[in-house]
Amino acid sequence: MLQQLFFGYYAFMIIILSLLVVTRGNPVHSVMWMLLLFFHIAGLYLFLNAEFIAAIQVIVYAGAILVLFLFVVLLLNLREELSLRQIAGSWPAAFFIVAALFITVTAALGAYVQGPVGSYSIEAIRSETHTKALGRLLYTEYLFPFEIASLILLVAVVGAVVLAKRKLRS
Amino acid sequence: MISSVTSFLASFVGEPMADMILNIVIILIKVAVVIVGTLLHVAYATYWERKVIGHMQLRLGPREVGPFGLLQPFADGVKLFFKEDIIPADADKPIFYLAPVIFFTSALTSLSVLPFFDGFAVANINVGLLFLLAMSSLGAYGIVMSGWSAGSKYSFLGGLRSASQVISYEIAMGLSLVGVMIMAGSLNLTEIVRAQYNYPTGFYAIPQILGFFVFFVAMFAETNRLPFDLPEAESELVAGYFTEYSGFRFAMFFLGEYTGMLIMSSIGTVCFLGGWTLPKFVMEALPFLSELPNFVWIVVFLAKVYVFMFLFYWVRATLPRYRYDQLMNIGWKLLIPLALVNVVFSGTLKIMGWF
Amino acid sequence: MPIAMPNLIPVMPELVMTGVAIILLMAELVIKRKETLGFLSLISVGLISYLLLGSAGTTFGGMFVSDGYSTFFKLIFMANLVLTVLISPKYLQTMRINFGEYYALTLFATLGMMLMASAADIIVLYLGLELMALSTYVLAGFIRYDMKSNEAAIKYLLLGAFASAILLYGTSLIYGLTGTTNLRDIAVYITHNGLAKNPLLMVSMIFFAVAFSFKIAAVPFHMWAPDAYEGAPTPITAFMSVGPKAAGFAVLGRVFLVAFGSVKTDWSVILIPIAVLTMAIGNILALSQTNIKRMLAYSSIAHAGYMLLGIIAGTPAGISSVLNYMFIYAFMNIGAFAIVIMLRTEGFAGEDISDYEGLGKTHPTAAALMLVFMFSLTGIPPMAGFMGKFYLFMSAINAGYTWIVIVAVLFSAISAYFYLRIVMLMYMKEPKEVIQLNTSPGIGLALAVTVSAVILIGILPAKVLALAQQAVTSF
Repeated sequence: MLQQLFFGYYAFMIIILSLLVVTRGNPVHSVMWMLLLFFHIAGLYLFLNAEFIAAIQVIVYAGAILVLFLFVVLLLNLREELSLRQIAGSWPAAFFIVAALFITVTAALGAYVQGPVGSYSIEAIRSETHTKALGRLLYTEYLFPFEIASLILLVAVVGAVVLAKRKLRS
Repeated sequence: MISSVTSFLASFVGEPMADMILNIVIILIKVAVVIVGTLLHVAYATYWERKVIGHMQLRLGPREVGPFGLLQPFADGVKLFFKEDIIPADADKPIFYLAPVIFFTSALTSLSVLPFFDGFAVANINVGLLFLLAMSSLGAYGIVMSGWSAGSKYSFLGGLRSASQVISYEIAMGLSLVGVMIMAGSLNLTEIVRAQYNYPTGFYAIPQILGFFVFFVAMFAETNRLPFDLPEAESELVAGYFTEYSGFRFAMFFLGEYTGMLIMSSIGTVCFLGGWTLPKFVMEALPFLSELPNFVWIVVFLAKVYVFMFLFYWVRATLPRYRYDQLMNIGWKLLIPLALVNVVFSGTLKIMGWF
Repeated sequence: MPIAMPNLIPVMPELVMTGVAIILLMAELVIKRKETLGFLSLISVGLISYLLLGSAGTTFGGMFVSDGYSTFFKLIFMANLVLTVLISPKYLQTMRINFGEYYALTLFATLGMMLMASAADIIVLYLGLELMALSTYVLAGFIRYDMKSNEAAIKYLLLGAFASAILLYGTSLIYGLTGTTNLRDIAVYITHNGLAKNPLLMVSMIFFAVAFSFKIAAVPFHMWAPDAYEGAPTPITAFMSVGPKAAGFAVLGRVFLVAFGSVKTDWSVILIPIAVLTMAIGNILALSQTNIKRMLAYSSIAHAGYMLLGIIAGTPAGISSVLNYMFIYAFMNIGAFAIVIMLRTEGFAGEDISDYEGLGKTHPTAAALMLVFMFSLTGIPPMAGFMGKFYLFMSAINAGYTWIVIVAVLFSAISAYFYLRIVMLMYMKEPKEVIQLNTSPGIGLALAVTVSAVILIGILPAKVLALAQQAVTSF
């Protein structure tokens, strides 16, 4: 009961906050709602006993990425931004598609059957601590994807440097 | 005594509920104790700072209010409370109100995971170290938002400088602590202290000298203190991000900054200087020490924290401010690579079984 | 803690690729002539192709599989990479974007494609896709001072990110249902637990189909392609029109035929309308294009529609004809783009279709080559494109999809109009102005390779088809 209440709260707030993020006219306010949104997502992770992910969510998303967002947003011309329309003209089409998708997925979710349960039960993770369990899996079973992820980050860094730093017309 | 309270409560609401209520009450008491204690420390940290710097500059510092000027912090506090609360006409009001609260709250929240002595932390969580880093990065929002919302160019520049500075040095700080995490094998602050006690030197500062150096430098940048106080550089930015704040809202920034210093000092103490413990060899040489009750050890903890605080003051009195590009160069081209080297070393040595 | 060393032989080509890409990044600092980097990457491709042949096996706990299917696709990626590197240096100099990172990024993109082709686990598949996509976004925006290039990169990035999100949504559903991300385990679970008619599985397959359709630029998820193809540097347009598309087909084939192989009737319902729409919209919109890069973009959309037929057929013959067609398509498409690049000189874009007027008189060789590629793209014998289409359509008919093949042939006939219009302009019109061709030994070599491949495969198609069929047997 208490658990469902918590989950309901987080899920509801995540939806409301996401809406606030995309509908605010002032981009700085959007970022602030997004900050709150990230906290609720972290809360959802905590609720799933994934404390490490929750902490990382706050450190990386709230603490680093969103600050960079803010940094860029602060440099925008606020007056110009405020004069823009928040809702694109083609919203009815988008609304139709999203509503159709929502109905389809909701209807399909009724057919959900529980898949097999893995060896990492909540008790197993609690006794090992989430950080250790995650670290061990990342460096053994999921070593290969983990290494690819590092390459993706490398490409992202190189790409950012190429697109932003290189002097034009060498 | 606690058990009698529990059974008394249990007669009304049942056993599990009673336990829960009692737990909450105990946590609230702990919170109150920690916050009051910290605020008193902060008040006297300002006094102490003025005294230390005064003496370094061959002055006397505050001495008129109370004996040796000891009541000076309270006089300052009263003054700040009664000042007019000015809100600039151009300010984005909700954010202007919110910014100091975010800044101060993030500083106070960090206190909840610090182990002041064995078994005493408001919340002894498994990812304590990450929690501290998360909260310290949130403080940046308070600064950036205050700089933006005030609608003043000085504030804005201060906010921008702070944002880039804090996120740059956050990386270095986080990486510098990875060595400690590797050695202790845990992110729980209490576990880190216990692991240090069982380590031959008793301090991680000795094997982790590189990490400690990086942490030490990043600490100054994270708290916006000299020599990295560019966000509030008085001579250029007229106090930077909090230029437009006055009265109690200003006081929140002020308190937040000193709380931040205390927290950074505490992280340094917990991760590198052995927290509330003395090294094992000292304890073995002086066996009577282990007879002492737990809470006495907060003295050791505070003594180590004061060492850091003193260093903050000392550096402020000694070093000039860096230029902005120098600051960024130090962060990205010196500290982060050094911290990474440290991570590689620590990991290798751990696998070879030397740590 | 004991460290178990995984078997590295199957991933050796990828490891070498990673190493070379990183070395190129660092060598960029000291090497002043950037063409040297291109040359180095060509040499590494030779080494990797050699390693590919001996790389069969499964490793990393079944996450990575190197079989005939993946090896064939990797050979296409290698050809794609080599041809792109050959046609690039001159263009980069002309556009003044001659940065060394270009080569490293193309290598990283190819690495991502190789990982996709070999992915036996959705996580690896997704990460490979991101690696490929991220590198390609950067490459598309490589002409920083050009607004169109920026537009290309932004559009590609936004829609690509959208596709990734949809892919992850589908993955989460399938993980919730089956508790695994391994493609073979998913297949086993679906058959053993009777999930075949589960609506949630259907939704998940729709999401996969949508995400992969974005990557292969199938209608209605093709919107990004014309703008991205037009704005990107032309060698990268050539690269993008073959590599990511082939990689998209590689994962499409593997996910739908391995993981969802038992529920083929369900997913062919999703793919058939996509295929028909793709052929229709691609060919019809290509008719009205005046920019050759946009026209080739719509043509590549249409070709994705043809190739979907082979996947829908789902038989070994169908898959092998997709492989075969992809291989041919790589040569004829990059060949056409090489001609487009030659027309580009400083101060003259040469991207308008009317720029080809009278090319047959001013530059007969270039015009003749363009004629070969256009014939091949249309599917006129004896060019390779005809043989590719022939096998593709045959396999679909044999699998019982005759009506789709009729539709495909119809649209194929429509496509003749815009391909042959170029030929008509080149030979029937008088030149408006004298166009300088921007040739280089690299482009010459690339053209020689592509044109001989197109003609040789057209005349002797059995060799490649046999290879493709052999590749599918181990699938």
